[in-house]
Amino acid sequence: MKALCYNGVGDLRTERVPDPTILNPKDAILRVILSSVCGSDLHLLNGYVPTMREGDIIGHEFMGEVIETGSEVKKIKKGDRVVVCSILGCGECQYCQDTQWSLCDNSNPHAWIPEKAYGDSPAGIFGYSHAFGGYAGSHADYIRVPYADRGCFVIPDGLPDEAAVFASDAMPTGFMAADLADIQPGNVVAIWGCGGVGQMAIQSAFLLGASRVIAIDREADRLRMAKDISGAEVLDFSKVDVQEALREMTGGRGPDRCIDCVGMEAVSEGLDYYYDKTKQFVRLESDRPIVLREAIMACRKGGTVSIIGVYGGLVDSIPMGAAMNKALTFRMGQQHGQRYIPRLLEHLQKGELNSRFMLTHKMSLDEGMKGYDLFNKKETMRVVFAPQ
Amino acid sequence: MANKKQPVSRVLGMEPIEPDVSGSSRINVGTTERIGSVAGGALLATYGLRQGSFGGLLLASLGGFMVYRGASGYCPMNQALGRNTAEPTTPNQVVDSIEITKSLTINKPREAVYAYWRQLENLPRFMFHLSEVRQFDNNRSHWVAKLSDGLLAKTLGTVEWDAEIQEEVENERLVWKSVADARIDNAGEVRFVDAPNGQGTEVHAVIAYRPPAGQLGGAILKLFNPAFEEMIKQDLRRFKQLLETGEITTIEGQPSGRKSEQQSGKKPSSNYAEADKKHESAML
Repeated sequence: MKALCYNGVGDLRTERVPDPTILNPKDAILRVILSSVCGSDLHLLNGYVPTMREGDIIGHEFMGEVIETGSEVKKIKKGDRVVVCSILGCGECQYCQDTQWSLCDNSNPHAWIPEKAYGDSPAGIFGYSHAFGGYAGSHADYIRVPYADRGCFVIPDGLPDEAAVFASDAMPTGFMAADLADIQPGNVVAIWGCGGVGQMAIQSAFLLGASRVIAIDREADRLRMAKDISGAEVLDFSKVDVQEALREMTGGRGPDRCIDCVGMEAVSEGLDYYYDKTKQFVRLESDRPIVLREAIMACRKGGTVSIIGVYGGLVDSIPMGAAMNKALTFRMGQQHGQRYIPRLLEHLQKGELNSRFMLTHKMSLDEGMKGYDLFNKKETMRVVFAPQ
Repeated sequence: MANKKQPVSRVLGMEPIEPDVSGSSRINVGTTERIGSVAGGALLATYGLRQGSFGGLLLASLGGFMVYRGASGYCPMNQALGRNTAEPTTPNQVVDSIEITKSLTINKPREAVYAYWRQLENLPRFMFHLSEVRQFDNNRSHWVAKLSDGLLAKTLGTVEWDAEIQEEVENERLVWKSVADARIDNAGEVRFVDAPNGQGTEVHAVIAYRPPAGQLGGAILKLFNPAFEEMIKQDLRRFKQLLETGEITTIEGQPSGRKSEQQSGKKPSSNYAEADKKHESAML
């Protein structure tokens, strides 16, 4: 089959590789119909996530058709059109049973790698480096899905592939960001980052009762979508002082809830960007926490900061004094997709959430590198590959 | 790190456990003979490997054995013949045992976890360095380990020993020791404790082993100790996966763009590859 393989920093190649096979009784094999790029892939591509190996197939946000099932797969069957959660959960460990799926004890065969860095291992993720299991990703004609009954969700008839594919990652991630923020009716919510996850967080925040959502980015297209489609008020951080604007827009209080949908590769217009970029370059710091700092400073007293943008390692100059003395609550984590996907598919069907607009470019696998270049330059919302 | 503090097993309230001293943790080769053995062995091994023939390989393995004998100070042939060329000043030179403690929580009732472990023949299913465990009777068993780590495997080869259960409290604990003439004397205890709030069973494993004696033997094995620790943790993780999900999580055999893996890997057996082939030939 054809697959998009990592060959080094900024080097993706479409290659011929063997087809996947069933390796365990709970596995299924899918024919990939759509497979999306994701902002977190850029961390891999730009060299911020170690433990990538030459030849790894990337991609983790996908939907497809079940073409083969292992002997212990009971719920899904050949021919089902399914969307698959990008994070793997076994369904049997204590964490999965508490619906904290991204903390699954069993789905990372390389648990010893993150255990060294994090003290314990999170779940495995498709196509996302060997620290997260080394699973072959979805930018391919076919993919093996372990724990298929837990990770695959049948897409209701009538819901188009182009909308359902985002129920794999961008939607549950954005929804969880809003859910973690513990939004109370009437809350004002500020959201940094208007990529796919940010858009979904905006819509989810309204769904969970926010009265106003203020979205922050500098890409004109993304801000326009945040405003026109997702319904947020928008701030262009290249043009306004975000701290000042947020405070004034909220009567001097600050937003009740602040959500970081950016993570470790944040950019800003200020000196802090160069400070972090330099420290990152000389490996004194692995992540650039520009948004996190801003969210802490902006958040109202007693408010909640929800972090869904990915951080991988160490950050510094976090204003802990501000967080402590303003009595902020921090909530964070990788998405627990299996908890949210059934509900999100329903919201999509009822038209309460809109995801289809995010698919701005559809390409073949052969155009893999080109697609990621476009995405990296933020010239597109999401490139989605259609393998066959 | 472990050397700085009291052993973790004490924190867990587990009694110290010492492997018996037998077999290779004794020195029975004298210093001069050991130096000669290492030097001669190394020469033989190098020469043998250069030959590249079957005879060369035999020479190389003989050389390897001599290096091991010299490095560890233990010669099984001396032991068998009752020959001891070690100087009288080192008659009871015994290396301290090394202790490893690893714990994990398994989301299954204690009885089920204990029962699976107590069936010792099950152990190689998740302890990948074991190739076989045979139970002779309720207490005695025979263990065969194959070490996959290149250097260690060359030094020690296949390691076999007999073990005996010293103490057994059903559904709570098991204590065992290797019996005489083990290549690596070892002992261990596994405890099974209810985790709080119905979270299943805590498994606490303490394994103590005595490296083959001699400074070199001890030093070599100490080098490998972190790898051993990791190996035991991985064993426990697989034990948990097997009990909780019924399968062992793996990516072995999945596709990648690495050419080396593609050549050695299995050919795709499923028929959905056919459509792809047709597609490919149409393109050609």
